Amino acid sequence: MILPDKQVTIISGHYGTGKTEFAVNLVFAMARDGRDVSLVDLDIINPYFRSFERRREMEKAGITVHVTSNEGQADIPSLPGSIMSVFMNKDQQSVIDLGGDPAGARILGYYRPQLEETDFDFWFVINHNRPETSTLENVVHYFELTQMMSQQKITGIVNNTHLGRETGIEDIVKGDAFAAETAKKLGLPLICTTGERKFQKELEGKLKGSFFPLDIYMIKPWELSEEEGGQFTWLDM
Amino acid sequence: MSKELWKGNEAIAEAAIRAGCRCYFGYPITPQSEIPEYMSLHMPKAGGVFLQSESEVAAINMVYGATGAGARVMTSSSSPGVSLKQEGISYMCGAELPGVIVNVMRGGPGLGTIQPAQGDYFQATRGGGHGDYRLIVFAPANIQEVVDLMQEAFDLADKYRMPVMMLLDGMIGQMMEPVEWKRPAIAPEDLPEKPWATTGTKNKRLPNIINSLFIDPDACNQHNIRLEEKYARVTESEQRYETNDTEDAEVIFVAFGTPARLARAAVRLLAEDGIKAGVFRPITVWPYPYDALYKIAAQDSVKAVVTVEMNTGQMIDDVRIAVKGARPVSFVGSAGGIIPTPYEVAEAAKKALGR
Repeated sequence: MILPDKQVTIISGHYGTGKTEFAVNLVFAMARDGRDVSLVDLDIINPYFRSFERRREMEKAGITVHVTSNEGQADIPSLPGSIMSVFMNKDQQSVIDLGGDPAGARILGYYRPQLEETDFDFWFVINHNRPETSTLENVVHYFELTQMMSQQKITGIVNNTHLGRETGIEDIVKGDAFAAETAKKLGLPLICTTGERKFQKELEGKLKGSFFPLDIYMIKPWELSEEEGGQFTWLDM
Repeated sequence: MSKELWKGNEAIAEAAIRAGCRCYFGYPITPQSEIPEYMSLHMPKAGGVFLQSESEVAAINMVYGATGAGARVMTSSSSPGVSLKQEGISYMCGAELPGVIVNVMRGGPGLGTIQPAQGDYFQATRGGGHGDYRLIVFAPANIQEVVDLMQEAFDLADKYRMPVMMLLDGMIGQMMEPVEWKRPAIAPEDLPEKPWATTGTKNKRLPNIINSLFIDPDACNQHNIRLEEKYARVTESEQRYETNDTEDAEVIFVAFGTPARLARAAVRLLAEDGIKAGVFRPITVWPYPYDALYKIAAQDSVKAVVTVEMNTGQMIDDVRIAVKGARPVSFVGSAGGIIPTPYEVAEAAKKALGR
Protein backbone atom coordinates (compact mmCIF):
# COMPACT_ATOMS: atom_id res chain seq x y z
CA MET A 1 0.00 0.00 0.00
CA ILE A 2 1.15 3.52 -0.70
CA LEU A 3 1.32 5.44 2.56
CA PRO A 4 -0.96 8.51 2.93
CA ASP A 5 0.07 11.54 0.89
CA LYS A 6 -2.37 14.00 2.47
CA GLN A 7 -1.65 16.13 5.51
CA VAL A 8 -4.42 14.43 7.51
CA THR A 9 -5.88 10.91 7.23
CA ILE A 10 -9.09 10.25 9.19
CA ILE A 11 -10.03 6.69 10.12
CA SER A 12 -13.64 5.79 10.90
CA GLY A 13 -15.82 2.68 11.05
CA HIS A 14 -18.26 0.66 13.11
CA TYR A 15 -16.73 -0.40 16.41
CA GLY A 16 -14.93 -3.69 16.21
CA THR A 17 -13.76 -3.09 12.69
CA GLY A 18 -10.20 -2.67 13.93
CA LYS A 19 -9.86 1.06 13.20
CA THR A 20 -7.51 1.49 16.11
CA GLU A 21 -5.18 -1.37 15.17
CA PHE A 22 -5.09 -0.02 11.63
CA ALA A 23 -4.51 3.59 12.72
CA VAL A 24 -1.69 2.63 15.07
CA ASN A 25 -0.04 0.46 12.43
CA LEU A 26 -0.42 3.24 9.89
CA VAL A 27 1.45 5.81 12.01
CA PHE A 28 4.18 3.29 12.78
CA ALA A 29 4.57 2.57 9.06
CA MET A 30 4.75 6.31 8.32
CA ALA A 31 7.30 6.85 11.11
CA ARG A 32 9.40 3.97 9.78
CA ASP A 33 9.25 5.72 6.39
CA GLY A 34 11.03 8.66 8.06
CA ARG A 35 8.04 10.99 8.20
CA ASP A 36 7.15 13.45 10.93
CA VAL A 37 3.79 12.05 12.05
CA SER A 38 1.21 12.43 14.78
CA LEU A 39 -1.69 10.27 15.92
CA VAL A 40 -4.87 11.78 17.28
CA ASP A 41 -6.92 9.42 19.44
CA LEU A 42 -10.17 11.30 18.87
CA ASP A 43 -12.43 8.72 20.49
CA ILE A 44 -15.03 10.44 22.65
CA ILE A 45 -17.24 7.36 22.86
CA ASN A 46 -15.34 4.69 24.69
CA PRO A 47 -12.58 4.60 27.32
CA TYR A 48 -11.59 1.00 26.46
CA PHE A 49 -9.17 -0.36 23.81
CA ARG A 50 -7.85 3.03 22.75
CA SER A 51 -4.87 3.84 20.56
CA PHE A 52 -3.38 5.96 23.37
CA GLU A 53 -2.72 2.71 25.27
CA ARG A 54 0.32 2.42 22.99
CA ARG A 55 1.36 6.04 23.61
CA ARG A 56 4.73 5.07 25.09
CA GLU A 57 5.66 2.84 22.13
CA MET A 58 4.50 5.47 19.64
CA GLU A 59 6.41 8.29 21.33
CA LYS A 60 9.51 6.11 21.40
CA ALA A 61 9.17 5.85 17.61
CA GLY A 62 9.03 9.66 17.41
CA ILE A 63 5.26 9.85 16.89
CA THR A 64 3.37 12.75 18.52
CA VAL A 65 0.22 11.55 20.31
CA HIS A 66 -2.89 13.62 21.10
CA VAL A 67 -5.66 12.13 23.25
CA THR A 68 -9.20 13.20 24.19
CA SER A 69 -10.83 13.19 27.62
CA ASN A 70 -7.62 13.23 29.67
CA GLU A 71 -6.62 9.75 28.41
CA GLY A 72 -10.00 8.28 29.24
CA GLN A 73 -9.73 9.46 32.85
CA ALA A 74 -12.62 11.89 32.37
CA ASP A 75 -16.13 10.50 32.21
CA ILE A 76 -17.13 13.29 29.83
CA PRO A 77 -15.78 14.01 26.35
CA SER A 78 -13.14 16.74 26.27
CA LEU A 79 -10.81 17.89 23.49
CA PRO A 80 -7.30 19.15 24.19
CA GLY A 81 -6.34 22.34 22.34
CA SER A 82 -3.17 20.63 21.11
CA ILE A 83 -5.24 18.79 18.48
CA MET A 84 -5.44 22.07 16.51
CA SER A 85 -1.72 21.67 15.75
CA VAL A 86 -2.46 18.84 13.31
CA PHE A 87 -4.27 21.32 11.06
CA MET A 88 -1.72 24.13 11.53
CA ASN A 89 1.55 22.23 11.23
CA LYS A 90 1.87 21.71 7.48
CA ASP A 91 5.23 19.93 7.91
CA GLN A 92 3.66 17.05 9.84
CA GLN A 93 1.25 14.35 8.69
CA SER A 94 -1.48 13.14 11.04
CA VAL A 95 -3.71 10.13 11.43
CA ILE A 96 -6.98 10.72 13.27
CA ASP A 97 -8.48 7.65 14.96
CA LEU A 98 -12.18 8.42 15.43
CA GLY A 99 -14.44 6.70 17.95
CA GLY A 100 -16.65 3.88 16.75
CA ASP A 101 -19.87 4.31 14.80
CA PRO A 102 -21.45 7.37 13.23
CA ALA A 103 -21.73 8.72 16.80
CA GLY A 104 -17.94 8.70 17.05
CA ALA A 105 -17.65 10.53 13.72
CA ARG A 106 -19.84 13.40 14.94
CA ILE A 107 -16.79 15.05 16.51
CA LEU A 108 -15.53 15.99 13.03
CA GLY A 109 -18.25 18.61 12.92
CA TYR A 110 -16.31 20.59 15.49
CA TYR A 111 -13.21 20.59 13.26
CA ARG A 112 -15.12 21.44 10.08
CA PRO A 113 -13.63 24.95 9.74
CA GLN A 114 -10.12 23.50 10.05
CA LEU A 115 -10.85 20.63 7.67
CA GLU A 116 -12.06 23.13 5.05
CA GLU A 117 -8.53 24.54 4.99
CA THR A 118 -6.79 21.14 5.12
CA ASP A 119 -5.88 18.53 2.53
CA PHE A 120 -7.23 15.28 4.00
CA ASP A 121 -8.44 11.77 3.29
CA PHE A 122 -11.31 10.12 5.17
CA TRP A 123 -11.15 6.33 5.18
CA PHE A 124 -13.94 4.00 6.22
CA VAL A 125 -12.82 0.68 7.71
CA ILE A 126 -14.99 -2.39 7.32
CA ASN A 127 -14.92 -5.82 8.94
CA HIS A 128 -17.07 -8.33 7.09
CA ASN A 129 -17.10 -10.56 10.20
CA ARG A 130 -18.92 -8.00 12.34
CA PRO A 131 -22.64 -8.78 12.30
CA GLU A 132 -23.61 -5.10 12.04
CA THR A 133 -21.47 -4.61 8.91
CA SER A 134 -21.66 -8.03 7.30
CA THR A 135 -23.98 -7.10 4.45
CA LEU A 136 -23.60 -4.51 1.71
CA GLU A 137 -26.88 -2.94 2.78
CA ASN A 138 -25.70 -2.52 6.37
CA VAL A 139 -22.32 -1.13 5.38
CA VAL A 140 -23.92 1.42 3.06
CA HIS A 141 -26.28 2.39 5.90
CA TYR A 142 -23.38 2.95 8.33
CA PHE A 143 -21.40 4.69 5.60
CA GLU A 144 -24.19 7.17 4.91
CA LEU A 145 -24.84 7.80 8.60
CA THR A 146 -21.12 8.40 9.14
CA GLN A 147 -21.01 10.95 6.32
CA MET A 148 -24.09 12.66 7.69
CA MET A 149 -22.88 12.81 11.29
CA SER A 150 -19.33 13.87 10.38
CA GLN A 151 -20.49 16.37 7.72
CA GLN A 152 -17.66 15.07 5.55
CA LYS A 153 -17.34 12.89 2.45
CA ILE A 154 -15.58 9.56 2.84
CA THR A 155 -12.78 9.15 0.28
CA GLY A 156 -11.75 5.51 0.54
CA ILE A 157 -12.52 2.03 1.91
CA VAL A 158 -10.18 -0.08 4.02
CA ASN A 159 -10.81 -3.80 4.41
CA ASN A 160 -9.83 -4.92 7.89
CA THR A 161 -11.90 -8.10 8.03
CA HIS A 162 -10.74 -10.19 10.97
CA LEU A 163 -11.84 -12.53 13.77
CA GLY A 164 -9.42 -11.32 16.42
CA ARG A 165 -6.67 -13.83 17.09
CA GLU A 166 -8.67 -16.53 15.26
CA THR A 167 -8.36 -14.74 11.90
CA GLY A 168 -7.48 -17.01 9.01
CA ILE A 169 -6.46 -16.41 5.39
CA GLU A 170 -10.02 -17.17 4.27
CA ASP A 171 -11.42 -14.33 6.43
CA ILE A 172 -9.07 -11.84 4.78
CA VAL A 173 -9.76 -13.05 1.23
CA LYS A 174 -13.53 -13.11 1.80
CA GLY A 175 -13.42 -9.63 3.36
CA ASP A 176 -11.29 -8.32 0.50
CA ALA A 177 -13.84 -9.41 -2.10
CA PHE A 178 -16.66 -7.93 -0.03
CA ALA A 179 -14.78 -4.64 0.41
CA ALA A 180 -14.01 -4.44 -3.31
CA GLU A 181 -17.70 -4.90 -4.09
CA THR A 182 -18.63 -2.29 -1.46
CA ALA A 183 -16.08 0.21 -2.76
CA LYS A 184 -17.36 -0.27 -6.32
CA LYS A 185 -20.95 0.26 -5.20
CA LEU A 186 -19.94 3.45 -3.37
CA GLY A 187 -17.73 4.64 -6.22
CA LEU A 188 -14.67 4.84 -3.99
CA PRO A 189 -11.19 3.33 -4.13
CA LEU A 190 -10.36 0.26 -2.03
CA ILE A 191 -7.32 1.71 -0.27
CA CYS A 192 -6.00 -1.57 1.09
CA THR A 193 -6.72 -4.92 2.66
CA THR A 194 -5.05 -5.52 5.98
CA GLY A 195 -3.91 -8.67 7.72
CA GLU A 196 -1.27 -9.85 10.12
CA ARG A 197 2.21 -9.68 8.61
CA LYS A 198 2.56 -13.47 8.92
CA PHE A 199 -0.08 -13.89 6.18
CA GLN A 200 1.68 -11.65 3.64
CA LYS A 201 3.37 -14.35 1.58
CA GLU A 202 0.37 -16.65 1.48
CA LEU A 203 -1.92 -13.82 0.35
CA GLU A 204 0.16 -12.87 -2.68
CA GLY A 205 -2.01 -12.85 -5.79
CA LYS A 206 -5.20 -13.56 -3.87
CA LEU A 207 -6.35 -10.00 -3.12
CA LYS A 208 -8.13 -7.28 -5.05
CA GLY A 209 -6.81 -4.56 -2.73
CA SER A 210 -3.14 -3.88 -2.02
CA PHE A 211 -1.95 -5.55 1.16
CA PHE A 212 -1.11 -3.56 4.29
CA PRO A 213 0.63 -5.79 6.84
CA LEU A 214 -0.31 -5.40 10.50
CA ASP A 215 1.69 -6.02 13.63
CA ILE A 216 -0.66 -6.60 16.53
CA TYR A 217 -0.25 -3.71 18.95
CA MET A 218 -3.67 -3.73 20.63
CA ILE A 219 -3.00 -6.82 22.71
CA LYS A 220 -5.18 -7.80 25.64
CA PRO A 221 -3.66 -7.92 29.13
CA TRP A 222 -3.35 -11.72 29.18
CA GLU A 223 -1.95 -12.12 25.68
CA LEU A 224 1.65 -13.20 25.42
CA SER A 225 3.81 -13.22 22.31
CA GLU A 226 3.59 -16.26 20.04
CA GLU A 227 7.13 -17.14 21.08
CA GLU A 228 6.66 -19.46 24.02
CA GLY A 229 6.34 -17.40 27.19
CA GLY A 230 7.77 -14.36 25.47
CA GLN A 231 6.50 -10.83 25.56
CA PHE A 232 5.82 -8.57 22.62
CA THR A 233 9.19 -7.13 21.71
CA TRP A 234 7.88 -3.58 21.43
CA LEU A 235 6.24 -3.67 24.86
CA ASP A 236 8.39 -2.73 27.85
CA MET A 237 7.03 -4.32 30.97
CA MET B 1 -22.34 -21.80 11.26
CA SER B 2 -19.31 -19.58 10.79
CA LYS B 3 -18.08 -17.34 13.54
CA GLU B 4 -18.75 -13.64 13.86
CA LEU B 5 -16.88 -11.01 15.83
CA TRP B 6 -19.00 -9.73 18.71
CA LYS B 7 -18.48 -7.21 21.44
CA GLY B 8 -19.29 -8.67 24.88
CA ASN B 9 -22.07 -6.20 25.65
CA GLU B 10 -23.73 -6.60 22.26
CA ALA B 11 -23.44 -10.37 22.51
CA ILE B 12 -25.24 -10.39 25.87
CA ALA B 13 -28.08 -8.35 24.42
CA GLU B 14 -28.38 -10.49 21.29
CA ALA B 15 -28.17 -13.70 23.33
CA ALA B 16 -31.01 -12.45 25.55
CA ILE B 17 -33.23 -11.77 22.54
CA ARG B 18 -32.40 -15.20 21.13
CA ALA B 19 -33.28 -16.71 24.53
CA GLY B 20 -36.80 -15.35 24.17
CA CYS B 21 -36.37 -12.23 26.29
CA ARG B 22 -38.76 -9.55 25.01
CA CYS B 23 -38.58 -6.96 27.80
CA TYR B 24 -35.57 -4.85 28.65
CA PHE B 25 -35.58 -2.03 31.18
CA GLY B 26 -32.39 -0.17 32.01
CA TYR B 27 -30.44 2.99 32.31
CA PRO B 28 -27.09 3.72 30.62
CA ILE B 29 -23.80 3.54 32.52
CA THR B 30 -20.25 2.84 31.35
CA PRO B 31 -18.97 0.18 30.69
CA GLN B 32 -22.26 -1.54 29.77
CA SER B 33 -24.07 1.12 27.73
CA GLU B 34 -23.82 -0.94 24.54
CA ILE B 35 -26.39 -3.31 26.09
CA PRO B 36 -29.23 -0.75 26.22
CA GLU B 37 -27.96 0.72 22.93
CA TYR B 38 -28.20 -2.66 21.21
CA MET B 39 -31.54 -3.40 22.85
CA SER B 40 -32.96 -0.06 21.75
CA LEU B 41 -32.19 -0.96 18.15
CA HIS B 42 -32.99 -4.67 18.09
CA MET B 43 -35.67 -5.29 20.74
CA PRO B 44 -38.38 -3.44 18.79
CA LYS B 45 -37.44 -5.44 15.66
CA ALA B 46 -37.99 -8.63 17.67
CA GLY B 47 -41.42 -7.35 18.73
CA GLY B 48 -40.25 -6.67 22.28
CA VAL B 49 -40.13 -3.73 24.64
CA PHE B 50 -37.08 -1.54 25.21
CA LEU B 51 -37.51 1.12 27.82
CA GLN B 52 -34.89 3.50 29.11
CA SER B 53 -36.14 4.23 32.59
CA GLU B 54 -35.64 7.39 34.60
CA SER B 55 -33.36 5.55 37.03
CA GLU B 56 -31.98 2.13 37.95
CA VAL B 57 -34.52 1.93 40.78
CA ALA B 58 -37.34 2.38 38.28
CA ALA B 59 -35.80 -0.16 35.90
CA ILE B 60 -35.64 -2.99 38.43
CA ASN B 61 -39.23 -2.33 39.49
CA MET B 62 -40.31 -2.46 35.85
CA VAL B 63 -38.54 -5.82 35.72
CA TYR B 64 -40.53 -6.87 38.81
CA GLY B 65 -43.80 -5.94 37.14
CA ALA B 66 -43.10 -7.52 33.76
CA THR B 67 -41.72 -10.77 35.17
CA GLY B 68 -44.65 -10.96 37.55
CA ALA B 69 -46.85 -10.90 34.46
CA GLY B 70 -44.90 -13.86 33.08
CA ALA B 71 -42.54 -12.21 30.59
CA ARG B 72 -38.85 -13.07 30.09
CA VAL B 73 -37.20 -9.92 31.35
CA MET B 74 -33.75 -8.54 31.84
CA THR B 75 -31.99 -5.45 33.05
CA SER B 76 -28.34 -4.50 32.99
CA SER B 77 -26.11 -1.99 34.66
CA SER B 78 -22.65 -1.49 36.07
CA SER B 79 -21.58 -1.46 39.70
CA PRO B 80 -23.11 1.80 41.08
CA GLY B 81 -26.30 1.14 39.11
CA VAL B 82 -26.53 -2.42 40.41
CA SER B 83 -26.27 -1.06 43.95
CA LEU B 84 -29.36 1.01 43.20
CA LYS B 85 -31.21 -2.11 42.03
CA GLN B 86 -30.63 -4.08 45.22
CA GLU B 87 -33.96 -3.28 46.85
CA GLY B 88 -35.84 -4.51 43.79
CA ILE B 89 -33.68 -7.65 43.58
CA SER B 90 -34.53 -8.48 47.19
CA TYR B 91 -38.23 -8.00 46.40
CA MET B 92 -37.92 -10.30 43.36
CA CYS B 93 -36.33 -12.98 45.55
CA GLY B 94 -39.03 -12.51 48.18
CA ALA B 95 -41.79 -12.78 45.58
CA GLU B 96 -39.95 -15.64 43.81
CA LEU B 97 -39.76 -13.93 40.46
CA PRO B 98 -37.37 -14.93 37.68
CA GLY B 99 -35.31 -12.41 35.72
CA VAL B 100 -31.77 -11.82 34.53
CA ILE B 101 -29.63 -9.01 35.89
CA VAL B 102 -26.36 -8.21 34.13
CA ASN B 103 -23.62 -6.45 36.08
CA VAL B 104 -20.65 -5.32 33.96
CA MET B 105 -18.41 -4.33 36.84
CA ARG B 106 -16.29 -1.19 37.04
CA GLY B 107 -14.00 0.09 39.77
CA GLY B 108 -15.54 1.13 43.10
CA PRO B 109 -16.50 1.95 45.77
CA GLY B 110 -18.78 4.91 45.14
CA LEU B 111 -18.61 6.22 41.61
CA GLY B 112 -15.17 4.63 41.34
CA THR B 113 -13.76 4.38 37.81
CA ILE B 114 -15.12 3.33 34.45
CA GLN B 115 -12.38 0.74 33.99
CA PRO B 116 -12.89 -3.01 34.59
CA ALA B 117 -12.99 -4.46 38.12
CA GLN B 118 -14.53 -7.24 40.22
CA GLY B 119 -15.33 -5.40 43.41
CA ASP B 120 -18.98 -6.51 43.44
CA TYR B 121 -18.26 -10.15 44.25
CA PHE B 122 -19.49 -9.83 47.83
CA GLN B 123 -22.59 -7.96 46.68
CA ALA B 124 -23.41 -10.58 44.05
CA THR B 125 -22.72 -13.70 46.09
CA ARG B 126 -23.78 -12.55 49.58
CA GLY B 127 -26.74 -10.47 48.51
CA GLY B 128 -26.53 -6.71 48.31
CA GLY B 129 -30.10 -6.21 49.44
CA HIS B 130 -31.90 -7.07 52.66
CA GLY B 131 -33.11 -10.41 53.92
CA ASP B 132 -32.09 -14.02 53.40
CA TYR B 133 -31.79 -14.65 49.71
CA ARG B 134 -29.45 -15.89 47.02
CA LEU B 135 -28.95 -15.29 43.33
CA ILE B 136 -27.50 -17.78 40.90
CA VAL B 137 -24.42 -15.90 39.69
CA PHE B 138 -22.63 -16.78 36.45
CA ALA B 139 -19.13 -15.39 35.90
CA PRO B 140 -18.18 -16.02 32.26
CA ALA B 141 -14.57 -15.51 31.13
CA ASN B 142 -15.00 -15.14 27.37
CA ILE B 143 -17.69 -13.97 25.00
CA GLN B 144 -18.60 -17.40 23.67
CA GLU B 145 -19.29 -18.42 27.24
CA VAL B 146 -21.33 -15.24 27.81
CA VAL B 147 -23.53 -16.21 24.89
CA ASP B 148 -23.78 -19.87 25.90
CA LEU B 149 -24.72 -19.03 29.50
CA MET B 150 -27.30 -16.37 28.70
CA GLN B 151 -29.93 -18.87 27.61
CA GLU B 152 -29.16 -20.99 30.65
CA ALA B 153 -29.50 -17.95 32.90
CA PHE B 154 -33.07 -17.38 31.71
CA ASP B 155 -33.91 -21.09 31.89
CA LEU B 156 -32.63 -21.46 35.47
CA ALA B 157 -34.36 -18.24 36.52
CA ASP B 158 -37.67 -19.67 35.29
CA LYS B 159 -36.99 -23.15 36.67
CA TYR B 160 -36.24 -21.96 40.22
CA ARG B 161 -38.29 -18.76 40.11
CA MET B 162 -35.37 -16.62 41.22
CA PRO B 163 -33.21 -13.92 39.65
CA VAL B 164 -29.97 -14.93 37.96
CA MET B 165 -27.07 -12.54 37.72
CA MET B 166 -24.48 -12.41 34.94
CA LEU B 167 -21.38 -11.02 36.65
CA LEU B 168 -18.83 -9.70 34.17
CA ASP B 169 -15.89 -7.39 34.55
CA GLY B 170 -15.75 -4.43 32.18
CA MET B 171 -13.14 -6.16 30.04
CA ILE B 172 -15.53 -8.97 29.08
CA GLY B 173 -18.24 -6.42 28.29
CA GLN B 174 -16.01 -4.24 26.14
CA MET B 175 -13.77 -6.71 24.32
CA MET B 176 -14.46 -8.35 20.97
CA GLU B 177 -14.18 -12.08 20.34
CA PRO B 178 -15.41 -14.61 17.82
CA VAL B 179 -18.81 -16.07 18.63
CA GLU B 180 -20.66 -19.05 17.23
CA TRP B 181 -24.42 -19.15 17.78
CA LYS B 182 -24.78 -22.77 18.77
CA ARG B 183 -28.38 -22.87 19.92
CA PRO B 184 -31.41 -21.99 17.82
CA ALA B 185 -33.27 -18.86 18.88
CA ILE B 186 -36.34 -19.45 21.04
CA ALA B 187 -39.68 -17.78 20.41
CA PRO B 188 -41.37 -16.54 23.61
CA GLU B 189 -44.52 -18.51 22.77
CA ASP B 190 -42.50 -21.75 22.83
CA LEU B 191 -41.36 -21.21 26.44
CA PRO B 192 -42.95 -23.25 29.25
CA GLU B 193 -46.13 -21.87 30.79
CA LYS B 194 -45.91 -19.91 34.04
CA PRO B 195 -49.08 -20.86 35.90
CA TRP B 196 -48.17 -18.57 38.82
CA ALA B 197 -47.94 -15.39 36.70
CA THR B 198 -50.49 -12.58 36.96
CA THR B 199 -51.87 -12.87 33.47
CA GLY B 200 -55.53 -12.21 34.22
CA THR B 201 -58.03 -14.77 35.53
CA LYS B 202 -60.57 -14.38 32.71
CA ASN B 203 -63.06 -15.46 35.42
CA LYS B 204 -61.72 -19.02 35.18
CA ARG B 205 -59.47 -19.25 38.24
CA LEU B 206 -58.63 -17.50 41.50
CA PRO B 207 -56.26 -14.57 41.12
CA ASN B 208 -52.51 -15.18 41.27
CA ILE B 209 -50.76 -12.84 43.68
CA ILE B 210 -47.19 -11.55 43.43
CA ASN B 211 -46.10 -10.60 46.91
CA SER B 212 -43.12 -10.41 49.26
CA LEU B 213 -45.01 -9.15 52.32
CA PHE B 214 -45.65 -11.69 55.10
CA ILE B 215 -46.87 -9.79 58.13
CA ASP B 216 -47.30 -12.88 60.30
CA PRO B 217 -43.79 -13.85 61.56
CA ASP B 218 -44.62 -17.57 61.36
CA ALA B 219 -45.69 -17.22 57.74
CA CYS B 220 -42.53 -15.23 56.98
CA ASN B 221 -40.39 -17.86 58.71
CA GLN B 222 -42.07 -20.63 56.70
CA HIS B 223 -41.47 -18.63 53.53
CA ASN B 224 -37.78 -18.30 54.41
CA ILE B 225 -37.53 -22.03 55.12
CA ARG B 226 -39.06 -22.78 51.73
CA LEU B 227 -36.64 -20.38 50.01
CA GLU B 228 -33.73 -21.96 51.84
CA GLU B 229 -34.80 -25.42 50.64
CA LYS B 230 -34.89 -24.05 47.11
CA TYR B 231 -31.38 -22.59 47.49
CA ALA B 232 -30.21 -25.97 48.80
CA ARG B 233 -31.55 -27.63 45.62
CA VAL B 234 -29.76 -25.03 43.49
CA THR B 235 -26.53 -25.61 45.45
CA GLU B 236 -26.88 -29.34 44.88
CA SER B 237 -27.55 -29.15 41.13
CA GLU B 238 -26.17 -25.99 39.58
CA GLN B 239 -22.46 -25.68 40.39
CA ARG B 240 -20.29 -25.03 37.34
CA TYR B 241 -16.53 -24.77 37.09
CA GLU B 242 -13.62 -25.37 34.74
CA THR B 243 -10.11 -26.62 35.39
CA ASN B 244 -6.96 -26.17 33.30
CA ASP B 245 -3.67 -28.02 33.89
CA THR B 246 -4.57 -28.81 37.52
CA GLU B 247 -3.28 -32.40 37.43
CA ASP B 248 0.07 -32.69 39.30
CA ALA B 249 0.16 -28.90 39.69
CA GLU B 250 2.34 -27.43 42.45
CA VAL B 251 0.31 -24.26 42.62
CA ILE B 252 -3.36 -23.71 41.85
CA PHE B 253 -4.66 -20.34 40.72
CA VAL B 254 -8.31 -19.68 41.50
CA ALA B 255 -9.89 -16.93 39.41
CA PHE B 256 -13.15 -15.96 37.70
CA GLY B 257 -13.69 -13.80 34.62
CA THR B 258 -10.74 -11.90 33.13
CA PRO B 259 -8.25 -12.88 35.90
CA ALA B 260 -8.71 -16.55 34.91
CA ARG B 261 -7.22 -15.61 31.56
CA LEU B 262 -4.35 -13.79 33.26
CA ALA B 263 -3.81 -16.92 35.38
CA ARG B 264 -3.66 -19.12 32.28
CA ALA B 265 -1.00 -16.86 30.80
CA ALA B 266 0.87 -17.06 34.11
CA VAL B 267 0.75 -20.87 33.87
CA ARG B 268 2.67 -20.57 30.58
CA LEU B 269 5.21 -18.21 32.12
CA LEU B 270 5.73 -20.51 35.13
CA ALA B 271 6.24 -23.51 32.86
CA GLU B 272 9.29 -21.70 31.45
CA ASP B 273 10.73 -21.79 34.97
CA GLY B 274 9.84 -25.45 35.41
CA ILE B 275 6.94 -24.73 37.77
CA LYS B 276 3.74 -26.66 37.14
CA ALA B 277 0.70 -24.49 37.76
CA GLY B 278 -3.00 -24.97 37.11
CA VAL B 279 -6.18 -22.90 37.10
CA PHE B 280 -9.49 -23.55 38.85
CA ARG B 281 -12.20 -21.29 37.50
CA PRO B 282 -15.64 -21.16 39.12
CA ILE B 283 -18.25 -20.42 36.45
CA THR B 284 -20.97 -20.14 39.10
CA VAL B 285 -19.70 -18.00 41.97
CA TRP B 286 -22.99 -18.80 43.71
CA PRO B 287 -23.48 -21.67 44.22
CA TYR B 288 -19.71 -21.87 44.74
CA PRO B 289 -18.09 -25.18 43.73
CA TYR B 290 -16.49 -25.71 47.15
CA ASP B 291 -16.11 -29.49 47.00
CA ALA B 292 -14.61 -29.50 43.51
CA LEU B 293 -12.06 -26.89 44.54
CA TYR B 294 -11.19 -28.78 47.73
CA LYS B 295 -10.45 -31.96 45.76
CA ILE B 296 -8.07 -30.10 43.47
CA ALA B 297 -6.39 -28.00 46.16
CA ALA B 298 -5.86 -30.99 48.45
CA GLN B 299 -4.02 -33.07 45.81
CA ASP B 300 -0.61 -34.29 47.06
CA SER B 301 1.21 -32.25 44.40
CA VAL B 302 -0.30 -28.91 45.45
CA LYS B 303 1.75 -26.73 47.79
CA ALA B 304 -0.10 -23.43 47.52
CA VAL B 305 -3.33 -21.86 46.31
CA VAL B 306 -3.32 -18.31 44.89
CA THR B 307 -6.48 -16.35 44.13
CA VAL B 308 -6.31 -13.78 41.36
CA GLU B 309 -8.93 -11.03 41.47
CA MET B 310 -9.54 -7.52 40.18
CA ASN B 311 -10.41 -6.26 43.67
CA THR B 312 -8.64 -6.24 47.03
CA GLY B 313 -9.55 -9.85 47.86
CA GLN B 314 -13.19 -10.99 47.98
CA MET B 315 -13.50 -14.45 46.44
CA ILE B 316 -10.53 -15.46 48.61
CA ASP B 317 -13.06 -15.90 51.45
CA ASP B 318 -14.84 -18.63 49.46
CA VAL B 319 -11.51 -20.18 48.48
CA ARG B 320 -10.55 -20.40 52.17
CA ILE B 321 -13.93 -22.00 52.96
CA ALA B 322 -13.33 -24.52 50.16
CA VAL B 323 -9.70 -25.33 50.98
CA LYS B 324 -10.48 -25.74 54.72
CA GLY B 325 -6.93 -24.90 55.74
CA ALA B 326 -5.52 -27.87 53.82
CA ARG B 327 -3.15 -25.57 51.88
CA PRO B 328 -1.97 -21.97 52.32
CA VAL B 329 -4.14 -19.52 50.37
CA SER B 330 -2.74 -16.17 49.19
CA PHE B 331 -3.98 -13.34 47.01
CA VAL B 332 -2.76 -11.30 44.06
CA GLY B 333 -4.77 -8.59 42.37
CA SER B 334 -5.49 -4.94 41.99
CA ALA B 335 -8.60 -2.83 42.26
CA GLY B 336 -9.95 0.36 40.80
CA GLY B 337 -9.67 -0.62 37.16
CA ILE B 338 -6.06 -1.80 37.03
CA ILE B 339 -5.61 -5.24 35.49
CA PRO B 340 -2.68 -7.21 36.92
CA THR B 341 -0.16 -8.52 34.38
CA PRO B 342 0.49 -12.24 33.90
CA TYR B 343 4.03 -11.50 35.15
CA GLU B 344 2.72 -10.23 38.50
CA VAL B 345 0.46 -13.26 38.76
CA ALA B 346 3.38 -15.62 38.06
CA GLU B 347 5.52 -13.80 40.63
CA ALA B 348 2.80 -14.24 43.27
CA ALA B 349 2.83 -17.99 42.62
CA LYS B 350 6.63 -18.11 43.03
CA LYS B 351 6.35 -16.19 46.28
CA ALA B 352 3.64 -18.56 47.55
CA LEU B 353 5.96 -21.48 46.74
CA GLY B 354 8.86 -19.77 48.51
CA ARG B 355 10.96 -19.42 45.34
